[in-house]
Amino acid sequence: MSHPKSDVLVVDNLDVIFALHEAEVRAVNDLSFRLSEGETLAVVGESGSGKSQAFLAIMGLLAKNGRATGKAVLGGVDLLSLSTAGLNQHRGKDIAMIFQDPMTSLNPALRIRSQLSEVLVRHRGFTPEAAFKEVIAMLERVGIPEAARRANAYPHELSGGMRQRVMIAMALLCRPRVLIADEPTTALDVTVQAQMLDLFKSLSTDFGTAMLLITHDLGVVAGVADRMMVMYAGRAVETGPVDDLFYDPRHPYTLGLLTSTPHIDKRQSRLTPITGAPPNLEHLPDGCAFGPRCAFRFDRCSLDRPPLGEFAPGRRKACFYPKPLIGEEDAA
Amino acid sequence: MIAFILKRLAVAIPTLLVLIVISFILMKVAPGNPFAGEKTVPKAVLDNIFARYGLDKPEWQQLLEYIYNVVFHFDFGPSFKYRDRTVNDIIAQGFPVTFTYGAWAFLFATVIGVSLGVAAALRQNGWIDHLAVGLSIGAQVVPNFVMAPVLVLVFTLWLRWLPGGGWDGGHWSNIVLPVIALATSYLASITRIMRSSMLEVLGSNYIRTARAKGLPGWQVVFRHALRPAMLPVVSYLGPVFVGMVTGSVVIDLYFSTGGIGQAFVNSALNRDYSTILGITILLGALTIAANLVVDVLYAWIDPKIKL
Repeated sequence: MSHPKSDVLVVDNLDVIFALHEAEVRAVNDLSFRLSEGETLAVVGESGSGKSQAFLAIMGLLAKNGRATGKAVLGGVDLLSLSTAGLNQHRGKDIAMIFQDPMTSLNPALRIRSQLSEVLVRHRGFTPEAAFKEVIAMLERVGIPEAARRANAYPHELSGGMRQRVMIAMALLCRPRVLIADEPTTALDVTVQAQMLDLFKSLSTDFGTAMLLITHDLGVVAGVADRMMVMYAGRAVETGPVDDLFYDPRHPYTLGLLTSTPHIDKRQSRLTPITGAPPNLEHLPDGCAFGPRCAFRFDRCSLDRPPLGEFAPGRRKACFYPKPLIGEEDAA
Repeated sequence: MIAFILKRLAVAIPTLLVLIVISFILMKVAPGNPFAGEKTVPKAVLDNIFARYGLDKPEWQQLLEYIYNVVFHFDFGPSFKYRDRTVNDIIAQGFPVTFTYGAWAFLFATVIGVSLGVAAALRQNGWIDHLAVGLSIGAQVVPNFVMAPVLVLVFTLWLRWLPGGGWDGGHWSNIVLPVIALATSYLASITRIMRSSMLEVLGSNYIRTARAKGLPGWQVVFRHALRPAMLPVVSYLGPVFVGMVTGSVVIDLYFSTGGIGQAFVNSALNRDYSTILGITILLGALTIAANLVVDVLYAWIDPKIKL
């Protein structure tokens, strides 16, 4: 449906490891993916699947006991190989991040205008006056009414939706090539969520920014994403175009996520939960990590770990089950 | 802001009046009087002395006359103990001394404590952190009446660098040891409060945002973290400032500085009514002023607070 575009971000063999008191925990395991220019890739998974840590690692924002290995190449530069000072030349400029909780992600002691202007002063050498003009324009662009007045406000004087718009404006000031949005709508009201998603869509078209949307909300994915990557226990288990994954999921975990999501247009008496509990990362089972919870498992699943392999153009899965899953639930 | 300050100053007047009344009552309830010595004084003599200082009048009249003199003449009356001196004299002599070493100690404790706390937080579990935490625990458990003689022992008797006491018009060499002795335990508390508050702020979401923006480390710390992290320290500094500039009987005793701390304790022991009240009012006014400054600082640091 689209001609091949060049990749803006290429991640290869990313591992994220946290040193705990006695053990090491691998939060992200051998993660590789590509992000093309202007595309929106949704990263989906439950809490603890490593989806946030993978991207915090790329931004150099891991907690002190965490370390990342592998490659994350943006514009020819491997971000993971840079010192903090080197990374500071790129983050906020070429790659920006929006966080889950807009209520606590802005500095309560600084005015909106100075928190935004400093990005332009830092990365694009603006004078504070010129930066202020640009800030007002960007605030208006993300849909903040009376932007000039709001720019002089402190964060606590704005609503949650407004604050998230401010965060988005802040991230886009330098027209980054990649925008990472970590559950950007989770903390917001449903009505505001819809506005936010519309905003994301129009912004990525206008600025040509490629977007990584981290979420556990499949409704959000359906709304804005082009492709989708499902993560489980620190690994990617299925990737492909959103429509394909929605209508023909090939990994049982993807199917589980879909059937445990309520649909407003279907009469459902009850949702189908994924049985069992998320795995303990310190003691992953042998073979497939999802195996113990999987309705489709067979002997091989507890012996070998299925690799993430391409089974159709643009689609990959890490599962031994050979056939489509939809329509097969009863058989399994 | 201006309205807030004026309002607080207006409230300060009744506060001080209440302070005077309560102190006066407590003072009168306490047994003894300024002229009770070991030997019995004939009643006729005592009556004469009482009449001379106005102590023969009913208590309410004494109180009202005292307040009248303070308010309209800024006269805190004669000392009941030292015949040639007024309370104004005692304060004028002792307070500048106390304020000098107190203010230096405050400055010393604040600047060093905040810097050390920030440095420790930035290098958590590094050597400077262990040093700061170790020093502050050590300094906190050594009371100033131990610190003072140890300082004299080391710097006066062994090293012979600094005089072990006296004031000499506030020569710097006389100020150093009292300042260190007075400041150490406060410095320790400030260091620990600053360290833990800085650690909390550095772990907050908005510091993560600042890092994600690619700001250099010093800008993250000084522009984004320092001001919010100062809040708990500032609220601690108000009482510390009052405690320091109103003097310490221990410092005055060990270093013979002649500050107001010793005068205050002596006046209480001697039942020197006018001196007790005078110094109490001074301390009360300083406390009110310091709290006002803290509140204004608070509003400057935290925009959520509206004055």
